[in-house]
Amino acid sequence: MTPFIRQRGVVAPLERNNVDTDQIIPKQFLKRIERTGFGQFLFFDWRFSEDGTPKPDFILNQPQYRSATILVAGENFGCGSSREHAPWALEDFGFRVIIAPSFADIFYNNCFQNGLLPVTLPASDVARIFDLARNETPLSLEVDLEKQTISSETGEFQTSFSIDPERRRKLMQGLDAIGETLLLTDAIASFEGNHDLPLLPHNL
Amino acid sequence: MGSQTLFEKIWHRHIVHQDTPDQAALLYIDRHYIHEVTSPQAFDGLRQAGRRVRRPDLTMAVMDHNVPTSDRSLPIRDAIARRQIEQLEINCREFDVPLWDLHHPSQGIVHIIGPEQGFTQPGMTIVCGDSHTSTHGALGALAFGIGTSEVEHVLATQTLWQQKPKTMEVRFRGRRPEGTTAKDMILALIRHIGIAGATGHVIEYTGDAVRSLSIEERMTLCNMSIEAGARAGMISPDETTMEYLRTRPYTPKGTEFETARAHWLSLATDPGAQFDRVVEIDLEDLAPMVTWGTNPEMNAPITATVPDPDQEKDPVRASMMRHALEYMGLTPGTALNAIPIQRVFIGSCTNGRLEDLERAARVIDGRRVADGVRAMVVPGSGQVKREAERIGLDKIFTAAGFEWREPGCSLCLGMNDDILSPGERSASTSNRNFEGRQGRGSRTHLVSPEMAAAAAIAGHLTDVRTLSTEVPS
Ligand code: SF4
Repeated sequence: MTPFIRQRGVVAPLERNNVDTDQIIPKQFLKRIERTGFGQFLFFDWRFSEDGTPKPDFILNQPQYRSATILVAGENFGCGSSREHAPWALEDFGFRVIIAPSFADIFYNNCFQNGLLPVTLPASDVARIFDLARNETPLSLEVDLEKQTISSETGEFQTSFSIDPERRRKLMQGLDAIGETLLLTDAIASFEGNHDLPLLPHNL
Repeated sequence: MGSQTLFEKIWHRHIVHQDTPDQAALLYIDRHYIHEVTSPQAFDGLRQAGRRVRRPDLTMAVMDHNVPTSDRSLPIRDAIARRQIEQLEINCREFDVPLWDLHHPSQGIVHIIGPEQGFTQPGMTIVCGDSHTSTHGALGALAFGIGTSEVEHVLATQTLWQQKPKTMEVRFRGRRPEGTTAKDMILALIRHIGIAGATGHVIEYTGDAVRSLSIEERMTLCNMSIEAGARAGMISPDETTMEYLRTRPYTPKGTEFETARAHWLSLATDPGAQFDRVVEIDLEDLAPMVTWGTNPEMNAPITATVPDPDQEKDPVRASMMRHALEYMGLTPGTALNAIPIQRVFIGSCTNGRLEDLERAARVIDGRRVADGVRAMVVPGSGQVKREAERIGLDKIFTAAGFEWREPGCSLCLGMNDDILSPGERSASTSNRNFEGRQGRGSRTHLVSPEMAAAAAIAGHLTDVRTLSTEVPS
């Protein structure tokens, strides 16, 4: 996983609450067995009309947001299914940071597994970013995970954020989570020795 | 230790490692269920890193999301779906994981077969790459959905890092009125606390009304916990749980069962145990509920009308309502029971069990599906299907004009051929009414099996309690 230290980029404002994973990536695209290539399907029903032409109104189809790497959205972002295809699609599309007032649990967790940083900010800060990002000149922010700060180039927006220290460390080091856990193999084995486990029957 | 909740007892018994109490804990996982959609990339990760599955004997795979619900002897037409299904087969063979494939007689939706076969037992930690894993909590397990990276982590280590969630007691007060169901109880809760109302929490459902539910009804309740944002839903084991477990194919038998039974019952939340939050829901006025919008919180009693965004004081909510009503093609003030439907779906891990089908069949018996309505029943598992056929439910459904199909997720998420056309409107017993969930442009109204059956007969959403007083034509 690529370590995440800081990210400077254009902000795309997605002013909706409760953006669910069925919207982030509709289920007809979940059949791929690869981990990559999902970006083309991101927000598919919102980005494209039925004949496959891009919908000009949708935020990510507007030229000033094309190169955005920071997505800002309304509350409860990522609710719905556990599909990790949602962070995969966001990442593959080019996003490295998602900012919202709140996230759904599983989605939030899935982001960290993929080097994607979800930042929870107070609703008033998010509203302020929406205002700034709607301008004709797109808003550019620097998100610094090391310092836990977010600031705009021109200085009109500045804030700090909090994040679980363990998650921060893992993201900054780009660690392989499984590799780390495997260092605890002895603890797992001794737990298994004392734990009463109904095994699945053989020859199911 | 003082009084503990069911959740706390299970949590503490599964901690393998934890640096400090406020940090994430490494939890041991007793059961890992796998399906074809969220696992291929996890197996691939193992392969690339040269890792193996630590405990194939605690892992179980099933095909359910993509599978055709029509003739199984034909090849799967969708090439990409077929590849995903074949990949699961290859992965299970390579990593020695037991698999119930398309042709296994008890194949079905993972959350139906786990409890039904007795793989799911009280006190277990259970995960699956699927948010509705919360269903298994009905038997007193701690069960929750995870993403694919975590699936890979569990495959490799049989453990998972978890921050300790908060606990929430949802206490249902009073008696559930005639004609209402567990589905209506959970929809009422979600309406009350909202779709993010339980974020960060594990819910335990309590109260006499919960105690009097059958295990299958309890599963409906726990199943939709995620629709309120909860990590998991659970119910303390009791005698009803024990009676259910006693007859499952893969639970302990004889004296072993008696030993297990004592242990399972001891897991129930102790009197006086504290929850971080308590929510009370009054059941006195509960009516059959139906969703009118594009998330499960947007629901109302069937006796109500489509709400008016202009009456909503919060501007953000008002705009969400407008957006939802536009998508749903509904006008404020329309009586909910006058909304015409073209499709009916009875099935899914929420309401695809035998009791669900029995209750729907009772409404349908001797009646006919309205002209212009296409209605289907998709049993949740091979066993549900066989049992239903043994007691003649299939005949009742097909005589009324329903399609009787093979088990799978089907129209719950429309990954296979079972989808709605744009603009088509359904009464559905599933759990999500998100935009496009049942097909692009599809309009979904979530209801109980009884209400879905009633809608099929009437051709529009209708109050099942009044339908039953009409003389069948
Ligand atoms: S029936 Fe629906 S909700 Fe349940 S597992 Fe299948 S797709 Fe998910």
